[in-house]
Amino acid sequence: MKLIFEKSAPDRRAVQPGPSDVPASINIKKALLREKPAELPELSELDVIRHFTELSRRNFGVDTNFYPLGSCTMKYNPKVTERIAAYPGFAHLHPLLPQLRMGGMLTQGALRVLYETDLFLREIMGMAGFTMQPLAGAHGELTGMMIMAAYHRDKGNKKTTVLIPDSAHGTNPASAAIAGYKVRTIGTTENGFMELKDVEKALDDDVAGVMLTCPNTLGLFNPHIRDICDLIHSVDGLAYYDGANLNAIVGKARPGDFGFDIVHINLHKTFATPHGGGGPGAGPVGVIEKLLDFLPVSIVVKRDDGTYALEYDRPKSIGYVAPFYGNFGIILRAYVYMLMLGKNGLKRVAENAVLNANYVKEKLKKHYKLAFDRTCKHECVFSVPESMLGKSVHAIDIAKALIDRGFHPPTVYFPTNVKEAMMIEPTETESKETLDAFVEAMIEIAEQAKAEPDMLKNAPVTTPVSRPNETAAAKHPNIASL
Amino acid sequence: MPFISNTTEQQKEMLAEIGLGMDDLFSDIPSEFLDKPMNLPDGINEQNVRNKLAELADKNSINLTCFLGGGFYDHFIPAAVYSVVSRSEFYTAYTPYQPELSQGTLQAIYEYQSAICRLTGMEVANASLYDGGTAMYEAMMMALRITGRNKVIIDDSVNPINRVMIDSYTQNLQIDLEETHCADGLANRKRIFRKIDDKTAAVILQNPNFFGCIDDFSDIAEAAHKKGALLIVSCYPISMGILKTPGEMGADIVTGEGQSLGMPMSFGGPYLGFMASRMKYVRKMPGRIVGQTTDRMDRQSYVLTLQAREQHIRRDKATSNICSNEALCALTALVYLSLLGKQGLRETAQICADKASYAYKRLTAIPGVEPHFKARWFFNEFVLDLPCEAADVIAKLIEKGFAAGFPLSRYYEKMENSILICVTEKRTKQQIGMLAEALESVL
Ligand SMILES: Cc1ncc(COP(=O)(O)O)c(C=O)c1O
Repeated sequence: MKLIFEKSAPDRRAVQPGPSDVPASINIKKALLREKPAELPELSELDVIRHFTELSRRNFGVDTNFYPLGSCTMKYNPKVTERIAAYPGFAHLHPLLPQLRMGGMLTQGALRVLYETDLFLREIMGMAGFTMQPLAGAHGELTGMMIMAAYHRDKGNKKTTVLIPDSAHGTNPASAAIAGYKVRTIGTTENGFMELKDVEKALDDDVAGVMLTCPNTLGLFNPHIRDICDLIHSVDGLAYYDGANLNAIVGKARPGDFGFDIVHINLHKTFATPHGGGGPGAGPVGVIEKLLDFLPVSIVVKRDDGTYALEYDRPKSIGYVAPFYGNFGIILRAYVYMLMLGKNGLKRVAENAVLNANYVKEKLKKHYKLAFDRTCKHECVFSVPESMLGKSVHAIDIAKALIDRGFHPPTVYFPTNVKEAMMIEPTETESKETLDAFVEAMIEIAEQAKAEPDMLKNAPVTTPVSRPNETAAAKHPNIASL
Repeated sequence: MPFISNTTEQQKEMLAEIGLGMDDLFSDIPSEFLDKPMNLPDGINEQNVRNKLAELADKNSINLTCFLGGGFYDHFIPAAVYSVVSRSEFYTAYTPYQPELSQGTLQAIYEYQSAICRLTGMEVANASLYDGGTAMYEAMMMALRITGRNKVIIDDSVNPINRVMIDSYTQNLQIDLEETHCADGLANRKRIFRKIDDKTAAVILQNPNFFGCIDDFSDIAEAAHKKGALLIVSCYPISMGILKTPGEMGADIVTGEGQSLGMPMSFGGPYLGFMASRMKYVRKMPGRIVGQTTDRMDRQSYVLTLQAREQHIRRDKATSNICSNEALCALTALVYLSLLGKQGLRETAQICADKASYAYKRLTAIPGVEPHFKARWFFNEFVLDLPCEAADVIAKLIEKGFAAGFPLSRYYEKMENSILICVTEKRTKQQIGMLAEALESVL
């Protein structure tokens, strides 16, 4: 398909900004102007719409079909949240308005959304307060690590190291490192999680804290989680909860009760905001009481007269991690979702997410190698059986064969501590019929792997392109048409 | 239950098939943690939630005539932008890990990267970062990696909303961050030249700067390069319709806030951080990058590329921790730029400058209102000195229906009476006249 630039024709126009109602002025010195206009395409509005409509047909979203991408919680995104985010009272609100004197009273609706989202999240997570600033999960992790560092600095602790299990998402070690910490990796045992004794072995006074998902990226809940947190606390370390897997326990159990001190939540996962083709998301961070002072500036507070205001006077705060109050449009969608579900609805989310995952796990475990044969939470991890590997069939081939059967593949090759991993997260919004169809496709692929493995190596054949040459792309990067 | 497809009957059936009860599914969680009461409201239906949120939206005042900028702008957004980005094939997808199913997102991002390069005069761009502030911080970290040095110079004409973020991010890092105080509205050459040495990783500047003043950093680029340092320039993408590009000035890394490219202000986000650089630095760049390649039948296709830089492969050695970025906002920017096109962007930028220039003349004709800086070129924002405290005047003008501007005393010393005023193509001559009258009446 042609690039949009290749569809350009001189002097063709879509949007016409002029004419202007003020006199044209040639006030800017020539040396400060660009030599030639930017080579943007020249198109009609119809050209633009056709181009992007065609591109959209070469895409696959949750609205297309089942999207069991593990660790990403690809649940249905309610349409009403899109509608509400576009209300002019929210969409056209300038972020600097509440920073003007008198201006706060002009944004009471938006401030209340932020304030109540904070209250709801405290209740769901068992935390004392949240910042809405972080703009995605990984950004929340970095914010959390900065809070951890601020806490230790405040107490005069000399801490250098963060403990992270080998099953962790790559963002965890990356965030810890960027915040200035060394990473000490802890292995996963045959039980499928990080054991207390291994934490004990890795623990010393240098340890600033631990970063964990719970359930972990294998979809397993560590029953010793409270003891691990206690152990970390014994050296005045802090326990960080990566909330990417919150869908497994939302409304059922609270990380604060497990002993976690800092948490982030991916609103684009558990709270149903759209993934946008890779973002935007939002990653609010919550902390326990003793860490409240370190949260970023500003915080929304409710005054005695019932009005809402931004509080800036926070001397121990880590400062600003985002320009304003976070990805407000995303927070707003999550708020609406929480209002609609209410406490019972949220609990049903976790229950059905876990039920769907266990159902798929049980149905597939005769056909693929289950990484850990235990009750899972919201996702299950398989790996490719030896018999298939013997025929040179890999996780990537199974993924591509699923594409030809109309499904988005699971996450493959993650978590990295499971070889040939296939991580399936169905989410609660999918029906038994959909899961059955997926299971059937997976079984069919397993049979095909035995009978005609070469067919799998050619998949997919139903898509606009077959497997692209990734090696060539990285060797001679062509990343812009100039 | 809302948004759950399985009926109660089906749930029972499924539990029976796997031979477990619902409680068994959670038996690995110690019971002391389970099902504790939570103080949350009961759910409400769509009709009620829409009414409730319409009421909250009404408590936000969007009827002020907006002369407020500061890096976040009230530009016109064509309807076709919404039509495209609300296609759910785009917005309900995720990161294009499976290229065969994601050619739409991938090609769009490749086109977005191309458009950002063409706009800024650079050679490579990434697929987006969170916002202009984090993009500036990432550019700084990239410069530290490239040079292996740890000193960074930043002029205080760079948006203070970004500078306070950089301050936060560098708290735990061994970075020697030195600020220069701008000279009459422009980057302070004298100080910057004196500070650039062989420990300097980068100089960070902005054009047009926070005060709206237009500069040409070619001389600073040259001075930085002489000492092996990089020049990082943050720019306002709409201004690229007419202004000299950072690429033409010799910048090494270009970043900026992309909100003005078709995104509503939305009370602070979602926005778009963009980043562009030179081909020789591409492997040091943070964030996702889409590359063009071919498939098995030699058809042009697109993939995420150069992933060896990223957290999912390199973990604690990655160039950045970013995972989810602002993909839909990048798509928004691309659609916006495609609709405006080569002529439309130039015209929009020119109209912004013309209207700002008109407003400047109109407002400085008011007795007691003076330009803060000596004759300077500005784009669509400028600084005026009022005869009294700007924050007071702004508060009075709110009552008259104007978001008249931003009080600079919030971030700068000795600027109590200074106001930053922004004029976009959306403001009319009549609105500018009314602002002038209102201002005159409250002074
Ligand atoms: C376990 C885990 N942690 C962290 C993240 C990072 O979240 P985000 O992409 O929102 O930055 C992810 C994202 O997929 C994840 O799966």
